[in-house]
This record gives sequence, structure tokens and C-alpha cells, in this order.
Amino acid sequence: MKLASWLHPILAVALAPLLPVLIQRVKALFAGRCGPPWGQGYRDLWKLLRKGGTYSRTTTWVFRAGPIVQFACLLVALLVVPAGGLSAPVAFDGDWILLAYVLGLGRFFTVSAALDTGSSFEGMGASREVQFAVFTEPALLIGLAALARETQSLSLSPIYAELATGWELPLRILLGAGFFILYLAENCRIPVDDPNTHLELTMIHEVMVLDHGAVDFGFIQWGSALKLWVLGALWAGLLPLGTLPGPLTRLAAGAGGILALAVLTGIVESVTARVRLLRVPQLLVGAGVLCTLGLLLTIR
Amino acid sequence: MQSGTGSLLIFLILTDLLLLGSSRLRNAIRIAAAQGVALGLLPWLAHGHLTGSALLLGAGSAALKGVVFPALLNRALREIHVRREIEPLIGYIPSLLIGTGVLAAAFAFGARLPLPWESPSPLLVPAGLFTLWTGLFLIMARGKAITQVLGYIVMENGIFALGMAVVEAMPLLVELGVLLDVFVAVFVMGILVFHINREFDHIDADQLDALKEGAP
Amino acid sequence: MAGVYSCPLFVYLAMPLEGIYLFGLLAGALALLAASGVGSLLAGRWSERWAVGIGAGGAGLACGAGLAAAVGALLRRVDLTVARPWRMPYGEFRLGLDPLSAFFLIPLFLLSGLAALYAIGYFRSWKGRNPGRFWLFYNGLVASMALVVAARNGVLFLAAWEIMTMASFFLVIFDEADSRSAHAGWIYLVATHLGTALLIGLFVLLGRAAGSQDFGTYAAPAGMAGGLFLLGLAGFGTKAGLYPLHVWLPEAHPAAPSPVSAVMSGVMIKTGIYGIVRLLAILGTVPGWCAWLVLGIGAASGILGVLFALAQHDLKRLLAYHSVENIGIIALGIGLGMLGMTLGLPGLAALGFAGGLLHVLNHAIFKGLLFLGAGAVTHATGTRNIDLLGGALKRMPWTGATFLIGSVAICGLPPLNGFVSEFLIFVGAIEGIIGGDAAVLGGAVVLVSLALVGGLAAACFTKAFGIVFLGEPRSGMAAMASEVGLSMRLPMLALAGLCGVFGLLMARGVRWMEPVVGLLAGGMSPAEAAPGAVRALVPIALFGLLAALVLAVAALAGIRRRLLAGHAGRETVTWDCGYAAPTASMQYTATGFAQPLTQAARGILRPQIESKLPSGVYPAASAYRSETPDMASQLFFDPLFRRAAWRMGQLRWLQQGRVHWYVFYIVLVLVLLLGWALWA
Repeated sequence: MKLASWLHPILAVALAPLLPVLIQRVKALFAGRCGPPWGQGYRDLWKLLRKGGTYSRTTTWVFRAGPIVQFACLLVALLVVPAGGLSAPVAFDGDWILLAYVLGLGRFFTVSAALDTGSSFEGMGASREVQFAVFTEPALLIGLAALARETQSLSLSPIYAELATGWELPLRILLGAGFFILYLAENCRIPVDDPNTHLELTMIHEVMVLDHGAVDFGFIQWGSALKLWVLGALWAGLLPLGTLPGPLTRLAAGAGGILALAVLTGIVESVTARVRLLRVPQLLVGAGVLCTLGLLLTIR
Repeated sequence: MQSGTGSLLIFLILTDLLLLGSSRLRNAIRIAAAQGVALGLLPWLAHGHLTGSALLLGAGSAALKGVVFPALLNRALREIHVRREIEPLIGYIPSLLIGTGVLAAAFAFGARLPLPWESPSPLLVPAGLFTLWTGLFLIMARGKAITQVLGYIVMENGIFALGMAVVEAMPLLVELGVLLDVFVAVFVMGILVFHINREFDHIDADQLDALKEGAP
Repeated sequence: MAGVYSCPLFVYLAMPLEGIYLFGLLAGALALLAASGVGSLLAGRWSERWAVGIGAGGAGLACGAGLAAAVGALLRRVDLTVARPWRMPYGEFRLGLDPLSAFFLIPLFLLSGLAALYAIGYFRSWKGRNPGRFWLFYNGLVASMALVVAARNGVLFLAAWEIMTMASFFLVIFDEADSRSAHAGWIYLVATHLGTALLIGLFVLLGRAAGSQDFGTYAAPAGMAGGLFLLGLAGFGTKAGLYPLHVWLPEAHPAAPSPVSAVMSGVMIKTGIYGIVRLLAILGTVPGWCAWLVLGIGAASGILGVLFALAQHDLKRLLAYHSVENIGIIALGIGLGMLGMTLGLPGLAALGFAGGLLHVLNHAIFKGLLFLGAGAVTHATGTRNIDLLGGALKRMPWTGATFLIGSVAICGLPPLNGFVSEFLIFVGAIEGIIGGDAAVLGGAVVLVSLALVGGLAAACFTKAFGIVFLGEPRSGMAAMASEVGLSMRLPMLALAGLCGVFGLLMARGVRWMEPVVGLLAGGMSPAEAAPGAVRALVPIALFGLLAALVLAVAALAGIRRRLLAGHAGRETVTWDCGYAAPTASMQYTATGFAQPLTQAARGILRPQIESKLPSGVYPAASAYRSETPDMASQLFFDPLFRRAAWRMGQLRWLQQGRVHWYVFYIVLVLVLLLGWALWA
């Protein structure tokens, strides 16, 4: 059982590059195109990891450290996130605080690396990134607190193990909606950010990494994919899967939920437009309200 | 001993009245000095025996008030060439009249003041209070800075006499503190007087209001 | 080892009892501080070198000794009081060393010693002034802070408190050339004395029943515990900088020389926290509304503190507002602990107190580090204005790297020390949320405030670090900067190292804190109360993950190096969208970086903006300037003092400018009082 719990992080690192491709293929389907081949994510990574880098003279070691720290943070985050009722390799009371703060650490360094270039584009992206994080972090923590209260446990693995068996539909719907918005915002998807945009002034995440190349950019791409996976796992755990027999079925169910969320994201990206930047905080506050409602629901 | 204490206190009251009525500065300094020396005897007369701290206190204050202060003040007088208080804020006759009223008040207050034990003399508290108030009155009613310094010294004499009523209850520390205060006050005033004189060609403290905030 | 001793002080040094020996070490440290301060002043009349040597040497030695005493006392759980009769009324001269005191003494001596080393380099350029004046007040400040923490008698406590206030006041106005320093100094003096007035009331009420000011004899009059706590909260809160009593803090901290800012912000304001906590220990139980009040004030301090920090352009002012924020976090922890006590939830109480108190230690380390770093930048560039700085990391690599570590730590991010204390408070909050229904609201308030504060702090420190140290210099001053000397670098390196060490090894720290927390949480230790959360701090779980984080970073860096090994790294300009002539002034500024958030919170911040927007087809000049004055002083204190000044102005006729009249007033009052006492 303990050994099986390590399967999830390994699987996540291996499968994460599939997620962006999956989203793109869903969007392509809607647009009537055929989309990138399934292996495109891996091909990009392979190319980037072998390239030599070009660096701005303005930058310092902080610029080079940014992608590394972000990637390392997501690796650590994977160690506490359970999937499909399968408990995570590491579980302790308050591990979800660590999860939220490890994501915060990654953001701190991504933002610092962006500011290190001295470019006003990247400063702009960094400014927006920290602004949105102010709204997403409390929302995520309130949502998780609601789950903790509902299941009377302090750690993610027991929380989700308990959750898989129950059937509290209103709570799941509220938090599912809230977490989905957070998932979109944290991963810079439409309607918060457009990963495919080509106008710097409207970008958030992409504009912060404009100057990165080669290995660094490879780490960033892989890290972004991992972030999709980690937050996706938090959402997928809300699905009432029931107690599944055996770790492998649970793992498969968890991964299936994460892939399903990617498909859902592709659909949302295809059918909605980006909201105005000034309206984004409202959207995020909305997510916070949904999570708070969830918490209130558990008090009864 | 009782009569000794009594006559000493009468002396104290009389010297106070003398100070209120005296216009010559040199005289006034001399009177204050005599008061200080006389008070040095008070611990012995009042309690009939000598404790170590009472002896120390008496000798110390007598030396300070009888020798050091007068010397300092006389030196200041020499340097600024002033002999007498010509324009007191409150005249000498009114001063004496007020002094008499204050003396009556001192007796009234003294009668009601609760003491830790029986006072060595019924006169002690009224005399002490009266001396204290005389000192304060001098500070209020006289224009020359020198007289005001003198007022401080007289005030301290009053505190000393009052303290005598409770000397075994009053910590040595407090008395030493007061003495030190007065010493510093005399010192600072001495310097101040000297400087005021040099800057303004007079030592009238009542004209210090030119320094007041918002003054023309 | 508890007990009261009352033999001559020098005997303590020779006694074989360890607790007493440690106490002797502490007393020796206090004496050395006082002696070296005075010695430095005297020596400074003929030799600056000697003055610095005596002052700094004495401070360093004494802090080392004091630190050893405090750590030893905490480890051995020493609890003793030493009493000597003295000439003051109301009780004896009592000093004590117990886990709570020892715990507060640790950051005190640690940071003060390092800041003393830093000050040597900081003042090297100040030629022709007696450095002994600085060391007299500095060593006096350190000694009086230690005395405040060790005092066990109200009179002694207030005396030490007052010395502390005056010493720090003189240090704030030490830079006499700067008239703003003087202004800031006066604000500080007035604010802190208003607090002291409340404290005098508090101690009088506490000691009235017993007729003694010895802490051991204090007894709260029945039904007054709440009122007394309120008095203490306001009095101590003024020193601690709790909202809205924090107004002096953003004025005084920037004005003071940087090593002093570090000590004031890192440890001096913590004496306010100490006072509140000690008062709690004395009162035992307080009504439930006190806990809610502390929680509310903590949340307000945390959120408003960091919001106002975000809007500042002055690096040290920004840090000062962050002190308000961190004091808020500490108050949230303590409030949670109090809530746990009133609701009978020992787990909540133990975790809240442990987290809040641990944050005291952690904040001392990283805020000290940040102020020293800000001082180094100011020293090197001559400005504190963030918008004029930039690119400092290249010019000052050590300062920059340590400032980054401090920034990450203050945001409460893993794997550094700030995370551990916030983690404990968080777990406490969750305990509250999943516990009884009564604690849910408290837990949720803490959770939301901490999360909000965390996000805002990250925004603020990416701004502070990013704009000051990264990118290109925004002014000539910033371009000319160079790394500071060794004596300034070493303390910063030491503190940065401690941020890491304390972050990774805090599990042990929580063990050490058990007696401290037990004192407040009714004998309950965090490990008993919430075994799971505390177990998380020991190596296997949380420590393992934090270490894994460090290892992962190292491994990835190694991989990156291998992958790039075969390639020649090319250098070029930052991608500029094809623009031909980029300049440093095109970079994002601190104001711009924070603008989305300050704009969102403009209802609270009420910034004063002067702007001239570009207009026309070929816009020429444009300008934008914003300033964010403090809300509490603008809306409450300024009008209050203006009105008070006006009322007082009506009494101006009393001011005759004649000594005679003043003496008359005094005599009149005295005689009236005497008459009232005798006849009434």
C-alpha cells in the first residue's frame, strides 16, 4: 500500500505533459482542426532540454533559479496530493497548508525571475500574477477547510479517502465549482488568462516567461503541466467514486478524473471568451464565496 | 530638650518673617544660612539622641546650607553687582501681612496633619509648613533670580523640618534626593543668573516672559 | 528548580545550582551592558576607536553571555526568582528567569548582538562625532529590554520600561541632521507614553489588593480581569504596534539608524507582546470576549499592515508596516490560544500559543535581517526610495541574497522559519474549524486572515526584492552602489543562515517551547494537544518534505548544469518587443507593480495621487505620484490631536511666561490637594 502510493507522483510526472495537449486537442475538435499529435508535449520538452540558452545581460542567478524552484515545488506538492482515494506518499496534519505554501514559493520565484529581466512586459505579468494569487490562496484554503470539517480530519489523504465514500452532493457541487475556477486561474486558462495569446499586454503567465529558453523553459513547461495535474487532483477527488478495490484501480480512477477535467477545460476554453482583466478579481472572489458557502454548509 | 526644640522652631518662624520683610540680598543670604545651620541641630534636639543617619543628615545639610550655598550666592552677588531687591512683585508690607495669614494656615493644617507617631513638638509641623510656604512665596513674589534661588533653599529647609517629624520613617534616600535637587537647582540657577545678567544686563526673572511662545 | 532566593547577589555566581548560575550569567550580562555603555561614552571623548571597541565589544560579549543564559535556562526549564529588599515602595527588587522570560531573551540577545556588529560598519563613515553616545543608548536599550523581560516587580518593570523608551527615543533621533527624525521621535515619545500611562493604571490596580507590586502577589479584583486585560492590551499594544495603536511605528522605524530599526522592530516591539502574554499568565483566566478582541485586532493588524506596506515607496517604511502585519499574525496566534482556553479546547490553545510565540522568535530573525539589508542598501546608495533603486543584486550580491532569504521567510514560505510558526497557527485554526461549533468562526477568521496576509505579503516582497535588487538601476545613485563591508555582511549572513536552520530544525524548537506554552495553555503542551500536527514537525513528514524541497532544487540545478554543459551560453539584451532604445526608466516601478492591488483597496488606503496623464497624439511629459498616509492617524489621531491642541490653545492665557505664576499654580494645586486630603 505504501509502495503503491508512490505510483501516483511517478505517474503524474510522466503523464503531465499530456494534459496541455489534451486540452489543445479538445479545442481543436471544437474549431474543426485536428490539433497537435499526442506526443507533442514530450517532443517539445525533449527539444528544449537539449538546447543551449540565451540570457539577458540584465539577469542574475535569480532568473535561472526561478524555473528550478517552481519545478521542485510542484514535485514536492505531488508528494502530499492523493488521487482517487489512494493516499499520498506523505500525509500529516496540515499537509494542505504546506501544499498551498509550496505553490506560493514557486510563484514567488517565478515572479522574481520575471522581474529580474527588467522588462516592463514581464513586470506587468508579475504584477498581475501576485494580484490574482491574493484572491486564489484564501479561496483554496477555505475550500480545503470545508472538506476538513466535513471529514473531521486534518490531512489531505484521509480527507479525500473519506470523501470518496460519501455522497454530500451540495458540498461537492459548490466546492467543485469553486475549485474549477481556481484551477483555471492558477493554470492561466481562459477565462482568466489565454495561454495562446500573442499580445503581450493581455498576457499573464506567458509574458512572465518570455525571456526563458532552453532547459529553463523546459522546466517551466513541465512545471505548468504538473500544476495542472496537482490542482486537477484536488478537483477530481471531489468526484464520488466510492471505495474502489486495489490501489491500481484507484490510481486509474484518479488519473481519469484529472484527464476528464482537462477535457472539461478544453470545452470551457472553446465556448467562453476571456473576461476583462479588471473583472478577473470578481471571478476569483466568486470562487472564494463558493468555497465559503461550502464551509458554512458543513456547520449546519 | 522640649524647650530647646521649641525655641529653635520659634527661631525658624521668626527668620522666615524676617526673610519676607528683608530687602537687602546679603542679609537675606545670611538669614537663610543661619536657618540652615540651626536646622542641623534639630535632629539632635528633637529626638534627644543621635542615630547615625540623623547625624549624617544634620551635619551634611548644615555644611551645605551654612557654608556652600551662601558662598555660591555671595560670589554671584559680587559678580552681578546687585545689592537689594528694589521692585518686588509684592511689596514688603503686604508680604509680611500675607506671611502672617500663611502662618495661621500653617497652624491650621499642622493641627490636622496625621503623623506616624507623636511629634517631638507641637510647633514642628506648623513651622515646617510655614518655612516651606515662605520659600515658595519668595519664589513667587520676588523678581530677582537670586531671591528665587534663596526661596528654593528656604523651601528645602521647610522640607527638612517637616521630615524631622518623621525622620525615622522617612528614608534617608528621599532626604538625600531632595538635598541633591536643591543643590543642582542652586548650581543651575547660579549659572543662569550669571548668564541672564550678561545677556540682558539685569537679573529680573519677571522679564523672562519675552521668551514665551508666541510673545511679540 | 523553582524557588525564591534572597542572598547577596555575588553569591549566585559561586553557587553550584545551575539555574542560579545561569541567572548570574544574565545579571553579569546586564552589568556589562551598563558598564560598557558608560565606558564607551567616556572613552569617546578622546578616542573614537576605543569608544567603538568598548561599546560594541561590551554589547557583543554581554549578548553572547545573555544568549547562553537564556538558551540554558529554557533547555533546563529553569524557574527561579531572586529577591532583594530595596528602597522603593511596594515590594522588593525582584528579577526572575522562567521559560517565558528565557524564551523572549533569546531573540533579544541574538539580534542585539548581531546588530551591534553591524553598527560598527554602519557608523564607520560618521566621522567627527562621539560614537560613545550611540553605544550608551544602544547598550542601555538592550539592557533595559532584558530587564523588562526579567523584572518581577511592577515598579522595577515600569522603570525598565521607561529606560527602554527613552533609550530608543534617543536612538531614533540619533541622526540629528534629519529634521524628520526629530518629528518621528516626538510622535514615538508621545504615543509610547500614552501607552505607559495605561500600564501604570494597570499595575496600580493589579497591586492594590496585595499592597505590593511583586508579580507573585498580584491578584485581579473579582470581575475585573477583562477590564485589566483591556488596559494591558492597549498599553502593551501601543508598544507592540497593534492596529490602530501602531501609528508611531511607520514614523520611527524609518527614521532610526538601520541597526536600531532592526532591534526596535525585531525585539523591542516584542516586549509589548511579552507584556500581554505575561499579563495573561498573571490573570490566569480572562473572559471570552478578550479572545475575540485579540483575534479581531490581530486580523486588522495583519491585513491592514500588509496593505499599507504594499502602498509604500520607502523601503524602511514598508518594512515597518510589515512589523504591524507580523505583530498581527502573532496576535492571531495568541488570540487563538486564548479562545482555546476559554472554550476548553486545549489543542487549539497549545497550537495557537506555540505558533504565536514561535513567530516572535522568527520575526525577530527575518525582520532583523531585512532591516539590516535595507540599511545596507541605503548605506550604499543614499536613498530608501524603492522607485529609485534597482539592479542591486549584481552590485551587492551578499546583501541581495540574504535579503531574498529574508523576503521568502517573512512571506511564511517553506522551507524557512516563517513557515513553521504560521503553519502551527494554521493547524490551530483548522483544529478550531473541525472542533466544536463555537470555535469555527475563530478558526475561519484566522485561516482567512493568514491566507490573505500571506498572499499580500508575497506581493509586497516580490515588489521589494524585485524592484530593489533585480532589473536595471533606476537612478545614478543605484548604479554606483557597491557591496558593504564585512562587519555589515556577517550579521546578515548569520541571520539568513538562521532563517534556514530554524526552518528545518524547528521541530526541536517546538519541544523546547513546551514549558512556555504549558505556562499559558494550562499545562498542556502542543505535542499532547495535537500530536499529529507536532509529529508533522519532526523529521519524517514536514521536515522530510522541506528537506526534499531543498534537495529537489539542488538536484534540478545539477541537471540543468549537465544539460547546458555542452552549450556556450549567449548573452544579449532582454527581449524588448523590437523597441530600439530601451532605458532603465521603462521598467516596472514599485508603484506600478502594486497598483492593481492598491487600486482594488483604494477605499481603505485612500492614496493621494497627483498625476498628469499623457495626452494628445504625441504626448510629451507625464507624471504620476502617489502617497499613502496612514489611515488611523489620518482619520482618528490627527483630528483628535488637532482638537486637543485647539482646546489647549484656549488655555493659553495661563501661560504667562513668568516663573512666579507657574510656581503659584503649583502651590495653589498643592495646597488645595492638601486641604482636600485633610478636611475631606
